[in-house]
Amino acid sequence: MSGHLRVVAAGLGTTVQDTGRFGYQRFGVPTAGVLDRVAMAAANTIVGNAPDMAVLEMLYLGATLEVAAESVRVACAGLGAGLEVTEEGATRQIPAAESVRLKRGARLRVMVGRNAISCILAVEGGIALQPVMGSLSTLTRAQIGGFEGRALAVGDLLPIVQEEVEERPELRLPDLDLAVPERIRLVLGPQDDYFTPEAISTLLSGTYEVTRAADRMGIRLAGAALGHAKGFNIVSDGIAPGSIQVPGDGQPIILLADRQTTGGYPKIATVASVDLPALGRVGPGAKLQFEVISVEAAEELRRAQARVEAGWRDSLEPAAPETGLREAALYGANLISGVADAWMGD
Amino acid sequence: MAPRFLPSGDTSLVVEFGDRMDRHLSALVLNLCRRVEAAGIAGVSEAVPTFRSLMVHYDPLVVRARDLQALLVPLIDDLQAEALVGQRWYFPTCYEGDDFAPDLADVAAAAGLDPAEVVATHAAIEHLVYMIGFLPGQAYMGDLPKTLALPRRTSPRIKVSAGSVAIAIGQTTIYPFDSPGGWHIIGRSAVPLFDTRREKAALLTPGDTVQFVSVSREVFEDMQAARADGTFDIDTLKVFE
Repeated sequence: MSGHLRVVAAGLGTTVQDTGRFGYQRFGVPTAGVLDRVAMAAANTIVGNAPDMAVLEMLYLGATLEVAAESVRVACAGLGAGLEVTEEGATRQIPAAESVRLKRGARLRVMVGRNAISCILAVEGGIALQPVMGSLSTLTRAQIGGFEGRALAVGDLLPIVQEEVEERPELRLPDLDLAVPERIRLVLGPQDDYFTPEAISTLLSGTYEVTRAADRMGIRLAGAALGHAKGFNIVSDGIAPGSIQVPGDGQPIILLADRQTTGGYPKIATVASVDLPALGRVGPGAKLQFEVISVEAAEELRRAQARVEAGWRDSLEPAAPETGLREAALYGANLISGVADAWMGD
Repeated sequence: MAPRFLPSGDTSLVVEFGDRMDRHLSALVLNLCRRVEAAGIAGVSEAVPTFRSLMVHYDPLVVRARDLQALLVPLIDDLQAEALVGQRWYFPTCYEGDDFAPDLADVAAAAGLDPAEVVATHAAIEHLVYMIGFLPGQAYMGDLPKTLALPRRTSPRIKVSAGSVAIAIGQTTIYPFDSPGGWHIIGRSAVPLFDTRREKAALLTPGDTVQFVSVSREVFEDMQAARADGTFDIDTLKVFE
Protein backbone atom coordinates (compact mmCIF):
# COMPACT_ATOMS: atom_id res chain seq x y z
CA MET A 1 0.00 0.00 0.00
CA SER A 2 1.45 3.31 -1.01
CA GLY A 3 0.83 6.78 0.27
CA HIS A 4 -0.29 9.83 -1.58
CA LEU A 5 0.11 13.56 -1.77
CA ARG A 6 -3.22 15.31 -2.31
CA VAL A 7 -3.12 18.45 -4.44
CA VAL A 8 -4.77 21.35 -2.59
CA ALA A 9 -3.51 24.06 -4.96
CA ALA A 10 -1.90 23.06 -8.23
CA GLY A 11 0.41 25.99 -8.98
CA LEU A 12 1.17 27.12 -12.50
CA GLY A 13 2.71 23.98 -13.93
CA THR A 14 3.51 21.17 -11.49
CA THR A 15 4.73 18.06 -13.27
CA VAL A 16 6.55 14.83 -12.52
CA GLN A 17 10.00 14.90 -14.14
CA ASP A 18 13.19 12.88 -14.08
CA THR A 19 16.33 13.33 -16.19
CA GLY A 20 14.30 12.81 -19.37
CA ARG A 21 13.17 10.24 -21.87
CA PHE A 22 15.96 9.05 -24.14
CA GLY A 23 15.93 6.86 -27.23
CA TYR A 24 12.78 8.25 -28.85
CA GLN A 25 13.88 11.55 -30.33
CA ARG A 26 14.18 9.82 -33.71
CA PHE A 27 10.43 9.27 -33.44
CA GLY A 28 9.89 12.94 -32.71
CA VAL A 29 9.46 12.54 -28.96
CA PRO A 30 11.07 15.41 -27.00
CA THR A 31 13.10 14.26 -24.01
CA ALA A 32 11.34 16.44 -21.43
CA GLY A 33 13.02 16.07 -17.99
CA VAL A 34 13.71 18.65 -15.28
CA LEU A 35 14.87 22.10 -16.26
CA ASP A 36 17.23 22.34 -13.29
CA ARG A 37 19.15 19.08 -13.08
CA VAL A 38 21.39 20.41 -10.28
CA ALA A 39 18.43 21.31 -8.07
CA MET A 40 16.91 17.87 -8.71
CA ALA A 41 20.10 16.07 -7.71
CA ALA A 42 20.41 18.22 -4.58
CA ALA A 43 16.82 17.75 -3.40
CA ASN A 44 17.02 13.99 -3.99
CA THR A 45 20.33 13.70 -2.15
CA ILE A 46 18.94 15.53 0.88
CA VAL A 47 16.03 13.08 1.26
CA GLY A 48 18.29 10.07 0.68
CA ASN A 49 17.23 9.27 -2.89
CA ALA A 50 19.43 8.54 -5.89
CA PRO A 51 20.20 11.92 -7.52
CA ASP A 52 18.23 11.15 -10.68
CA MET A 53 15.03 9.87 -9.10
CA ALA A 54 11.79 11.43 -10.38
CA VAL A 55 10.66 14.59 -8.58
CA LEU A 56 7.98 17.25 -8.82
CA GLU A 57 8.95 20.33 -10.79
CA MET A 58 6.95 23.50 -10.22
CA LEU A 59 6.91 26.53 -12.49
CA TYR A 60 6.49 30.15 -11.38
CA LEU A 61 3.98 29.43 -8.61
CA GLY A 62 4.35 26.34 -6.46
CA ALA A 63 1.71 23.83 -5.42
CA THR A 64 0.18 23.19 -2.02
CA LEU A 65 0.06 19.51 -1.10
CA GLU A 66 -1.53 17.61 1.78
CA VAL A 67 0.11 14.51 3.18
CA ALA A 68 -2.13 11.47 2.63
CA ALA A 69 0.29 8.92 4.06
CA GLU A 70 1.46 8.03 7.57
CA SER A 71 4.48 10.27 7.07
CA VAL A 72 6.63 11.65 4.26
CA ARG A 73 10.02 13.32 4.00
CA VAL A 74 10.52 16.02 1.40
CA ALA A 75 13.03 18.69 0.43
CA CYS A 76 12.83 21.48 -2.08
CA ALA A 77 15.64 23.03 -4.08
CA GLY A 78 15.64 26.00 -6.42
CA LEU A 79 16.99 29.52 -6.55
CA GLY A 80 15.16 31.48 -3.83
CA ALA A 81 12.77 28.60 -3.13
CA GLY A 82 11.33 27.56 0.22
CA LEU A 83 8.63 25.53 1.96
CA GLU A 84 5.81 26.64 4.23
CA VAL A 85 4.54 23.81 6.38
CA THR A 86 1.27 23.81 8.31
CA GLU A 87 0.92 21.00 10.83
CA GLU A 88 -1.48 20.76 13.75
CA GLY A 89 -2.47 24.38 13.33
CA ALA A 90 1.08 25.76 13.40
CA THR A 91 2.81 27.18 10.33
CA ARG A 92 6.57 27.24 9.93
CA GLN A 93 9.08 27.90 7.18
CA ILE A 94 11.57 25.33 6.00
CA PRO A 95 14.38 26.67 3.83
CA ALA A 96 15.35 25.15 0.53
CA ALA A 97 17.92 22.35 0.58
CA GLU A 98 16.71 21.02 3.93
CA SER A 99 14.60 17.94 4.60
CA VAL A 100 11.45 17.88 6.67
CA ARG A 101 9.29 14.97 7.87
CA LEU A 102 5.56 15.53 7.81
CA LYS A 103 2.68 13.46 9.16
CA ARG A 104 -0.72 12.69 7.73
CA GLY A 105 -2.84 15.80 7.25
CA ALA A 106 0.08 18.25 7.19
CA ARG A 107 0.04 20.82 4.41
CA LEU A 108 3.05 21.83 2.43
CA ARG A 109 3.21 24.96 0.32
CA VAL A 110 6.12 25.14 -2.12
CA MET A 111 7.36 28.63 -2.91
CA VAL A 112 9.19 29.14 -6.19
CA GLY A 113 11.85 31.84 -5.97
CA ARG A 114 10.80 35.35 -6.78
CA ASN A 115 12.88 35.66 -9.92
CA ALA A 116 13.12 31.98 -10.77
CA ILE A 117 11.13 29.95 -13.25
CA SER A 118 11.26 26.57 -11.51
CA CYS A 119 11.79 24.71 -8.28
CA ILE A 120 12.06 21.03 -7.37
CA LEU A 121 10.36 19.01 -4.65
CA ALA A 122 11.87 15.60 -3.91
CA VAL A 123 9.99 12.97 -1.90
CA GLU A 124 11.85 10.25 0.03
CA GLY A 125 11.42 6.94 -1.83
CA GLY A 126 10.10 8.63 -4.94
CA ILE A 127 6.86 8.81 -6.86
CA ALA A 128 4.87 5.62 -7.52
CA LEU A 129 3.97 5.90 -11.20
CA GLN A 130 4.68 3.60 -14.13
CA PRO A 131 7.36 4.83 -16.52
CA VAL A 132 6.20 5.50 -20.09
CA MET A 133 8.86 4.67 -22.68
CA GLY A 134 11.44 4.33 -19.93
CA SER A 135 10.82 7.59 -18.10
CA LEU A 136 8.50 9.25 -15.61
CA SER A 137 8.97 12.66 -17.23
CA THR A 138 5.78 14.43 -18.24
CA LEU A 139 5.49 15.81 -21.75
CA THR A 140 2.21 17.71 -21.52
CA ARG A 141 2.17 18.71 -25.20
CA ALA A 142 1.80 15.05 -26.21
CA GLN A 143 0.20 13.84 -22.95
CA ILE A 144 3.01 11.38 -22.28
CA GLY A 145 4.34 10.20 -18.92
CA GLY A 146 4.12 11.49 -15.38
CA PHE A 147 0.65 11.80 -13.87
CA GLU A 148 -1.78 11.08 -16.72
CA GLY A 149 0.50 12.97 -19.09
CA ARG A 150 -0.46 16.31 -17.60
CA ALA A 151 0.30 18.90 -14.94
CA LEU A 152 -1.20 18.21 -11.52
CA ALA A 153 -4.65 19.67 -10.81
CA VAL A 154 -6.57 20.37 -7.63
CA GLY A 155 -7.85 17.16 -6.06
CA ASP A 156 -5.32 14.86 -7.69
CA LEU A 157 -3.88 12.11 -5.50
CA LEU A 158 -0.24 11.65 -6.46
CA PRO A 159 0.91 8.16 -5.43
CA ILE A 160 4.24 8.01 -3.62
CA VAL A 161 6.31 4.90 -2.99
CA GLN A 162 6.55 5.05 0.81
CA GLU A 163 3.55 4.96 3.10
CA GLU A 164 5.77 6.14 5.95
CA VAL A 165 9.35 7.25 6.58
CA GLU A 166 11.63 6.67 9.56
CA GLU A 167 12.28 9.37 12.08
CA ARG A 168 15.88 10.55 11.88
CA PRO A 169 17.69 13.85 12.20
CA GLU A 170 16.73 16.11 9.31
CA LEU A 171 19.54 17.10 6.94
CA ARG A 172 20.55 20.09 4.92
CA LEU A 173 23.04 20.72 2.16
CA PRO A 174 24.95 23.81 3.29
CA ASP A 175 27.02 24.56 0.21
CA LEU A 176 24.46 24.22 -2.58
CA ASP A 177 25.29 26.93 -5.10
CA LEU A 178 22.41 27.70 -7.45
CA ALA A 179 23.67 31.12 -8.52
CA VAL A 180 23.14 31.99 -12.18
CA PRO A 181 26.56 32.55 -13.80
CA GLU A 182 27.28 36.16 -14.76
CA ARG A 183 27.92 34.97 -18.26
CA ILE A 184 26.20 31.89 -19.59
CA ARG A 185 28.80 29.82 -21.41
CA LEU A 186 28.19 28.77 -24.99
CA VAL A 187 29.78 26.56 -27.60
CA LEU A 188 29.43 28.12 -31.06
CA GLY A 189 27.47 26.25 -33.74
CA PRO A 190 26.32 24.08 -35.30
CA GLN A 191 25.18 26.83 -37.74
CA ASP A 192 27.31 29.81 -36.67
CA ASP A 193 28.33 30.07 -40.35
CA TYR A 194 24.74 31.15 -41.12
CA PHE A 195 25.37 34.39 -39.22
CA THR A 196 27.37 37.51 -39.90
CA PRO A 197 30.53 38.06 -37.79
CA GLU A 198 28.72 41.10 -36.35
CA ALA A 199 25.87 38.85 -35.19
CA ILE A 200 28.27 36.70 -33.19
CA SER A 201 30.00 39.69 -31.60
CA THR A 202 26.58 41.22 -30.85
CA LEU A 203 25.45 38.05 -29.08
CA LEU A 204 28.62 38.03 -26.99
CA SER A 205 28.71 41.72 -26.13
CA GLY A 206 25.00 42.40 -25.68
CA THR A 207 22.53 41.89 -22.87
CA TYR A 208 19.46 39.76 -23.57
CA GLU A 209 16.33 39.86 -21.49
CA VAL A 210 14.21 36.82 -20.73
CA THR A 211 10.72 37.57 -22.06
CA ARG A 212 7.44 36.23 -20.74
CA ALA A 213 7.63 33.56 -23.44
CA ALA A 214 9.63 31.32 -21.11
CA ASP A 215 8.48 27.81 -20.39
CA ARG A 216 9.68 24.22 -20.46
CA MET A 217 10.08 24.32 -24.23
CA GLY A 218 12.39 27.30 -24.28
CA ILE A 219 13.15 30.89 -23.47
CA ARG A 220 12.57 33.63 -25.98
CA LEU A 221 15.07 36.45 -25.47
CA ALA A 222 14.82 40.13 -26.39
CA GLY A 223 17.86 42.19 -27.31
CA ALA A 224 19.90 43.38 -30.27
CA ALA A 225 18.81 41.46 -33.37
CA LEU A 226 21.23 38.89 -34.78
CA GLY A 227 21.72 39.15 -38.54
CA HIS A 228 21.64 36.09 -40.75
CA ALA A 229 24.34 35.79 -43.41
CA LYS A 230 22.41 33.43 -45.72
CA GLY A 231 18.75 33.42 -44.80
CA PHE A 232 16.95 32.02 -41.80
CA ASN A 233 15.77 28.70 -43.20
CA ILE A 234 17.91 25.60 -43.12
CA VAL A 235 17.05 22.07 -44.15
CA SER A 236 15.78 20.69 -40.81
CA ASP A 237 18.33 19.08 -38.55
CA GLY A 238 18.54 17.95 -34.95
CA ILE A 239 18.16 20.18 -31.90
CA ALA A 240 20.32 19.73 -28.81
CA PRO A 241 19.50 20.78 -25.25
CA GLY A 242 20.41 24.46 -25.01
CA SER A 243 20.41 25.06 -28.79
CA ILE A 244 20.03 28.77 -29.52
CA GLN A 245 17.95 29.11 -32.66
CA VAL A 246 17.43 32.43 -34.36
CA PRO A 247 14.28 32.85 -36.48
CA GLY A 248 13.71 35.61 -39.00
CA ASP A 249 13.23 38.42 -36.47
CA GLY A 250 16.81 37.94 -35.22
CA GLN A 251 15.75 37.37 -31.59
CA PRO A 252 17.37 34.26 -30.08
CA ILE A 253 15.41 31.40 -28.52
CA ILE A 254 17.16 29.01 -26.12
CA LEU A 255 15.58 25.57 -26.39
CA LEU A 256 15.11 23.57 -23.20
CA ALA A 257 13.68 20.27 -21.95
CA ASP A 258 10.45 20.08 -24.01
CA ARG A 259 12.14 21.37 -27.19
CA GLN A 260 11.14 19.91 -30.53
CA THR A 261 13.57 17.22 -31.69
CA THR A 262 14.33 18.83 -35.06
CA GLY A 263 13.96 22.29 -36.53
CA GLY A 264 14.51 24.47 -39.54
CA TYR A 265 16.01 27.65 -38.06
CA PRO A 266 19.78 28.10 -37.89
CA LYS A 267 21.33 27.65 -34.45
CA ILE A 268 24.09 30.13 -33.69
CA ALA A 269 25.35 28.44 -30.53
CA THR A 270 24.52 25.90 -27.83
CA VAL A 271 24.55 26.48 -24.06
CA ALA A 272 27.27 24.42 -22.34
CA SER A 273 25.67 21.62 -20.31
CA VAL A 274 27.23 22.96 -17.09
CA ASP A 275 25.12 26.12 -17.39
CA LEU A 276 21.92 24.58 -18.72
CA PRO A 277 20.40 24.02 -15.26
CA ALA A 278 20.79 27.74 -14.52
CA LEU A 279 18.33 28.48 -17.33
CA GLY A 280 15.73 26.71 -15.20
CA ARG A 281 16.24 29.47 -12.63
CA VAL A 282 15.84 32.65 -14.64
CA GLY A 283 12.40 34.14 -15.04
CA PRO A 284 10.97 36.90 -17.22
CA GLY A 285 12.93 40.13 -16.87
CA ALA A 286 16.24 38.44 -16.08
CA LYS A 287 19.20 39.81 -18.06
CA LEU A 288 21.56 37.32 -19.63
CA GLN A 289 25.05 37.75 -21.01
CA PHE A 290 27.07 35.14 -22.83
CA GLU A 291 30.61 34.04 -23.49
CA VAL A 292 32.03 31.42 -25.85
CA ILE A 293 34.13 28.49 -24.69
CA SER A 294 35.51 25.44 -26.47
CA VAL A 295 33.87 22.01 -26.36
CA GLU A 296 36.88 20.80 -24.35
CA ALA A 297 36.42 23.59 -21.80
CA ALA A 298 32.69 22.79 -21.57
CA GLU A 299 33.54 19.14 -20.88
CA GLU A 300 35.99 20.10 -18.12
CA LEU A 301 33.46 22.41 -16.46
CA ARG A 302 30.79 19.73 -16.57
CA ARG A 303 33.13 17.17 -15.04
CA ALA A 304 34.06 19.61 -12.28
CA GLN A 305 30.35 20.18 -11.59
CA ALA A 306 29.80 16.41 -11.39
CA ARG A 307 32.64 16.11 -8.85
CA VAL A 308 30.97 18.72 -6.66
CA GLU A 309 27.65 16.84 -6.87
CA ALA A 310 29.37 13.54 -6.04
CA GLY A 311 30.61 15.13 -2.80
CA TRP A 312 27.19 16.24 -1.61
CA ARG A 313 26.27 13.05 0.21
CA ASP A 314 29.27 13.54 2.51
CA SER A 315 28.68 17.23 3.07
CA LEU A 316 25.11 16.88 4.35
CA GLU A 317 24.82 18.19 7.90
CA PRO A 318 22.09 18.19 10.50
CA ALA A 319 19.47 20.83 9.93
CA ALA A 320 19.69 23.69 12.42
CA PRO A 321 17.27 23.53 15.34
CA GLU A 322 14.25 25.71 14.85
CA THR A 323 14.85 29.16 16.23
CA GLY A 324 13.80 32.65 15.37
CA LEU A 325 17.30 33.22 14.05
CA ARG A 326 16.87 30.55 11.46
CA GLU A 327 13.67 32.13 10.30
CA ALA A 328 15.60 35.35 9.82
CA ALA A 329 18.23 33.52 7.83
CA LEU A 330 15.67 32.43 5.29
CA TYR A 331 16.28 34.21 2.10
CA GLY A 332 14.04 34.38 -0.84
CA ALA A 333 11.23 32.20 0.50
CA ASN A 334 9.05 34.97 -0.67
CA LEU A 335 5.50 36.05 -0.85
CA ILE A 336 2.99 35.12 -3.46
CA SER A 337 2.77 38.73 -4.54
CA GLY A 338 6.41 38.67 -5.55
CA VAL A 339 5.91 35.56 -7.60
CA ALA A 340 2.90 37.08 -9.27
CA ASP A 341 4.95 40.15 -10.18
CA ALA A 342 7.58 37.99 -11.78
CA TRP A 343 4.95 36.11 -13.75
CA MET A 344 2.97 39.09 -14.92
CA GLY A 345 5.93 41.36 -15.58
CA ASP A 346 5.38 45.06 -15.11
CA MET B 1 31.85 11.15 -48.83
CA ALA B 2 33.51 13.19 -46.09
CA PRO B 3 30.88 14.59 -43.76
CA ARG B 4 31.40 17.55 -41.44
CA PHE B 5 31.48 17.05 -37.67
CA LEU B 6 29.73 19.97 -35.97
CA PRO B 7 29.57 20.17 -32.19
CA SER B 8 26.22 21.22 -30.77
CA GLY B 9 27.33 22.04 -27.27
CA ASP B 10 29.05 19.34 -25.21
CA THR B 11 26.20 16.81 -25.33
CA SER B 12 25.49 16.45 -29.07
CA LEU B 13 27.63 15.98 -32.16
CA VAL B 14 26.21 16.52 -35.65
CA VAL B 15 27.48 14.45 -38.56
CA GLU B 16 26.43 16.53 -41.56
CA PHE B 17 26.49 15.03 -45.06
CA GLY B 18 25.09 18.01 -46.94
CA ASP B 19 22.44 20.68 -46.91
CA ARG B 20 19.81 19.30 -49.30
CA MET B 21 16.78 17.04 -49.14
CA ASP B 22 17.50 14.09 -51.36
CA ARG B 23 17.42 10.33 -51.21
CA HIS B 24 21.18 9.89 -51.55
CA LEU B 25 21.99 12.01 -48.47
CA SER B 26 19.09 10.47 -46.59
CA ALA B 27 20.35 6.94 -47.28
CA LEU B 28 23.82 7.86 -45.97
CA VAL B 29 22.27 9.34 -42.82
CA LEU B 30 19.97 6.37 -42.19
CA ASN B 31 22.73 3.83 -42.79
CA LEU B 32 25.04 5.66 -40.40
CA CYS B 33 22.24 5.82 -37.84
CA ARG B 34 21.88 2.07 -38.02
CA ARG B 35 25.64 1.60 -37.62
CA VAL B 36 25.83 3.95 -34.64
CA GLU B 37 23.04 2.02 -32.94
CA ALA B 38 24.75 -1.29 -33.62
CA ALA B 39 28.12 0.00 -32.39
CA GLY B 40 26.77 0.58 -28.87
CA ILE B 41 29.28 3.34 -28.10
CA ALA B 42 29.50 3.95 -24.35
CA GLY B 43 27.91 7.28 -23.45
CA VAL B 44 25.83 7.62 -26.63
CA SER B 45 22.19 7.90 -25.60
CA GLU B 46 20.64 8.05 -29.05
CA ALA B 47 21.09 9.17 -32.65
CA VAL B 48 18.54 11.29 -34.49
CA PRO B 49 18.48 11.14 -38.28
CA THR B 50 17.30 14.12 -40.32
CA PHE B 51 17.22 14.84 -44.06
CA ARG B 52 20.93 15.53 -44.27
CA SER B 53 22.58 14.93 -40.92
CA LEU B 54 22.74 12.61 -37.94
CA MET B 55 22.68 14.15 -34.47
CA VAL B 56 24.43 11.92 -31.94
CA HIS B 57 23.42 12.70 -28.35
CA TYR B 58 25.89 11.67 -25.65
CA ASP B 59 26.75 11.98 -21.97
CA PRO B 60 29.83 14.21 -21.66
CA LEU B 61 30.70 12.55 -18.34
CA VAL B 62 31.19 9.25 -20.19
CA VAL B 63 32.65 10.20 -23.57
CA ARG B 64 34.29 13.39 -24.86
CA ALA B 65 33.50 14.88 -28.26
CA ARG B 66 36.99 14.22 -29.63
CA ASP B 67 36.89 10.54 -28.66
CA LEU B 68 33.33 10.16 -29.92
CA GLN B 69 34.33 11.61 -33.28
CA ALA B 70 37.26 9.17 -33.48
CA LEU B 71 34.84 6.30 -32.84
CA LEU B 72 32.42 7.54 -35.52
CA VAL B 73 35.01 7.98 -38.29
CA PRO B 74 35.48 4.24 -38.98
CA LEU B 75 31.70 3.83 -39.18
CA ILE B 76 31.65 6.37 -42.02
CA ASP B 77 34.67 5.11 -43.99
CA ASP B 78 32.92 2.64 -46.26
CA LEU B 79 29.40 3.94 -45.73
CA GLN B 80 27.05 3.07 -48.58
CA ALA B 81 24.09 5.03 -49.86
CA GLU B 82 21.96 2.00 -50.54
CA ALA B 83 18.36 2.62 -49.61
CA LEU B 84 17.08 0.89 -46.50
CA VAL B 85 14.10 -1.35 -47.09
CA GLY B 86 11.48 -0.26 -44.60
CA GLN B 87 7.86 -1.20 -44.08
CA ARG B 88 5.47 -0.24 -46.87
CA TRP B 89 2.19 1.35 -45.77
CA TYR B 90 -1.15 2.33 -47.30
CA PHE B 91 -2.64 5.38 -45.61
CA PRO B 92 -6.37 5.82 -46.33
CA THR B 93 -6.99 9.55 -46.56
CA CYS B 94 -10.11 11.63 -47.08
CA TYR B 95 -9.39 14.57 -49.40
CA GLU B 96 -12.97 15.95 -49.20
CA GLY B 97 -14.55 19.03 -47.67
CA ASP B 98 -13.46 22.44 -46.43
CA ASP B 99 -12.98 21.06 -42.92
CA PHE B 100 -10.65 18.23 -44.01
CA ALA B 101 -8.99 19.88 -47.03
CA PRO B 102 -9.17 23.66 -46.50
CA ASP B 103 -6.18 24.37 -48.76
CA LEU B 104 -6.92 21.92 -51.58
CA ALA B 105 -8.46 24.57 -53.85
CA ASP B 106 -5.54 26.98 -53.30
CA VAL B 107 -3.00 24.24 -53.93
CA ALA B 108 -4.82 23.29 -57.12
CA ALA B 109 -4.84 26.91 -58.28
CA ALA B 110 -1.13 27.31 -57.55
CA ALA B 111 -0.34 24.09 -59.40
CA GLY B 112 -2.58 24.89 -62.35
CA LEU B 113 -4.56 21.70 -61.76
CA ASP B 114 -8.07 20.96 -60.65
CA PRO B 115 -8.51 19.53 -57.12
CA ALA B 116 -9.17 16.01 -58.37
CA GLU B 117 -5.89 16.08 -60.27
CA VAL B 118 -4.03 17.22 -57.12
CA VAL B 119 -5.52 14.28 -55.22
CA ALA B 120 -4.67 11.84 -58.00
CA THR B 121 -1.11 13.17 -58.19
CA HIS B 122 -0.61 13.04 -54.44
CA ALA B 123 -2.04 9.55 -54.11
CA ALA B 124 0.13 8.24 -56.95
CA ILE B 125 3.45 8.93 -55.19
CA GLU B 126 5.22 6.36 -53.09
CA HIS B 127 6.42 8.65 -50.30
CA LEU B 128 9.71 7.90 -48.53
CA VAL B 129 9.80 8.68 -44.81
CA TYR B 130 12.93 10.83 -44.51
CA MET B 131 12.72 11.74 -40.87
CA ILE B 132 10.41 12.15 -37.91
CA GLY B 133 10.42 15.32 -35.92
CA PHE B 134 8.65 18.40 -34.59
CA LEU B 135 5.94 16.33 -32.87
CA PRO B 136 5.93 12.70 -31.69
CA GLY B 137 5.35 10.49 -34.72
CA GLN B 138 5.27 13.37 -37.21
CA ALA B 139 6.91 12.13 -40.40
CA TYR B 140 8.41 14.17 -43.22
CA MET B 141 7.74 12.25 -46.42
CA GLY B 142 8.71 12.92 -50.03
CA ASP B 143 9.19 13.65 -52.72
CA LEU B 144 6.38 15.61 -54.31
CA PRO B 145 6.58 16.51 -58.00
CA LYS B 146 7.56 20.10 -58.80
CA THR B 147 3.93 21.07 -59.49
CA LEU B 148 3.04 20.40 -55.83
CA ALA B 149 6.28 21.72 -54.31
CA LEU B 150 4.94 24.88 -52.67
CA PRO B 151 6.59 26.95 -49.94
CA ARG B 152 4.93 27.06 -46.52
CA ARG B 153 1.84 29.23 -46.08
CA THR B 154 2.72 32.86 -45.43
CA SER B 155 0.65 32.84 -42.28
CA PRO B 156 0.73 29.65 -40.19
CA ARG B 157 -2.47 28.42 -38.56
CA ILE B 158 -2.70 28.57 -34.77
CA LYS B 159 -4.40 25.20 -34.72
CA VAL B 160 -4.20 22.38 -37.23
CA SER B 161 -6.36 19.36 -36.40
CA ALA B 162 -4.75 16.02 -35.62
CA GLY B 163 -4.72 13.78 -38.69
CA SER B 164 -4.38 16.65 -41.15
CA VAL B 165 -2.42 15.64 -44.26
CA ALA B 166 -0.44 18.64 -45.41
CA ILE B 167 2.15 19.54 -48.02
CA ALA B 168 4.99 22.09 -48.30
CA ILE B 169 8.68 22.26 -49.31
CA GLY B 170 8.25 19.23 -51.58
CA GLN B 171 7.14 17.03 -48.70
CA THR B 172 4.00 15.60 -47.12
CA THR B 173 3.40 15.43 -43.39
CA ILE B 174 0.55 14.34 -41.14
CA TYR B 175 0.02 16.18 -37.87
CA PRO B 176 -0.27 13.50 -35.15
CA PHE B 177 -1.69 15.98 -32.61
CA ASP B 178 -3.58 19.25 -32.76
CA SER B 179 -0.81 21.82 -33.15
CA PRO B 180 0.16 25.08 -34.84
CA GLY B 181 1.18 24.50 -38.43
CA GLY B 182 2.15 26.33 -41.59
CA TRP B 183 1.69 23.68 -44.28
CA HIS B 184 -1.11 23.42 -46.86
CA ILE B 185 -3.79 21.02 -45.63
CA ILE B 186 -5.19 18.80 -48.37
CA GLY B 187 -6.82 15.93 -46.47
CA ARG B 188 -7.39 14.04 -43.26
CA SER B 189 -6.22 10.57 -42.24
CA ALA B 190 -7.36 8.45 -39.30
CA VAL B 191 -4.10 6.50 -39.17
CA PRO B 192 -2.90 6.37 -35.53
CA LEU B 193 0.61 7.76 -35.92
CA PHE B 194 1.56 7.79 -32.27
CA ASP B 195 0.17 5.70 -29.43
CA THR B 196 2.13 4.98 -26.25
CA ARG B 197 -0.04 1.91 -25.57
CA ARG B 198 1.70 0.18 -28.49
CA GLU B 199 5.04 -1.48 -27.96
CA LYS B 200 6.41 0.82 -30.65
CA ALA B 201 4.59 4.09 -30.10
CA ALA B 202 5.52 5.76 -33.39
CA LEU B 203 3.97 4.01 -36.39
CA LEU B 204 6.54 5.15 -38.94
CA THR B 205 10.32 4.75 -39.02
CA PRO B 206 12.66 6.64 -41.38
CA GLY B 207 13.11 4.46 -44.46
CA ASP B 208 9.47 3.31 -44.51
CA THR B 209 7.33 4.17 -47.53
CA VAL B 210 3.78 5.47 -47.56
CA GLN B 211 1.20 5.45 -50.33
CA PHE B 212 -1.86 7.62 -49.71
CA VAL B 213 -5.18 6.17 -50.84
CA SER B 214 -8.19 8.42 -51.41
CA VAL B 215 -11.19 7.26 -49.38
CA SER B 216 -14.66 8.62 -48.67
CA ARG B 217 -15.64 10.45 -45.51
CA GLU B 218 -17.60 7.33 -44.43
CA VAL B 219 -14.47 5.18 -44.56
CA PHE B 220 -12.54 7.83 -42.66
CA GLU B 221 -15.23 7.93 -39.98
CA ASP B 222 -15.30 4.14 -39.66
CA MET B 223 -11.55 4.15 -39.14
CA GLN B 224 -11.81 6.96 -36.62
CA ALA B 225 -14.48 5.05 -34.70
CA ALA B 226 -12.33 1.90 -34.68
CA ARG B 227 -9.50 3.98 -33.28
CA ALA B 228 -11.70 5.37 -30.56
CA ASP B 229 -12.93 1.96 -29.37
CA GLY B 230 -9.48 0.36 -29.62
CA THR B 231 -10.30 -2.09 -32.43
CA PHE B 232 -8.14 -0.45 -35.10
CA ASP B 233 -5.65 -3.00 -36.46
CA ILE B 234 -2.56 -1.26 -37.81
CA ASP B 235 -1.56 -4.44 -39.67
CA THR B 236 -4.34 -3.66 -42.14
CA LEU B 237 -2.27 -0.66 -43.26
CA LYS B 238 0.81 -2.73 -44.09
CA VAL B 239 1.68 -3.79 -47.61
CA PHE B 240 3.21 -7.27 -47.72
CA GLU B 241 4.79 -8.25 -50.99
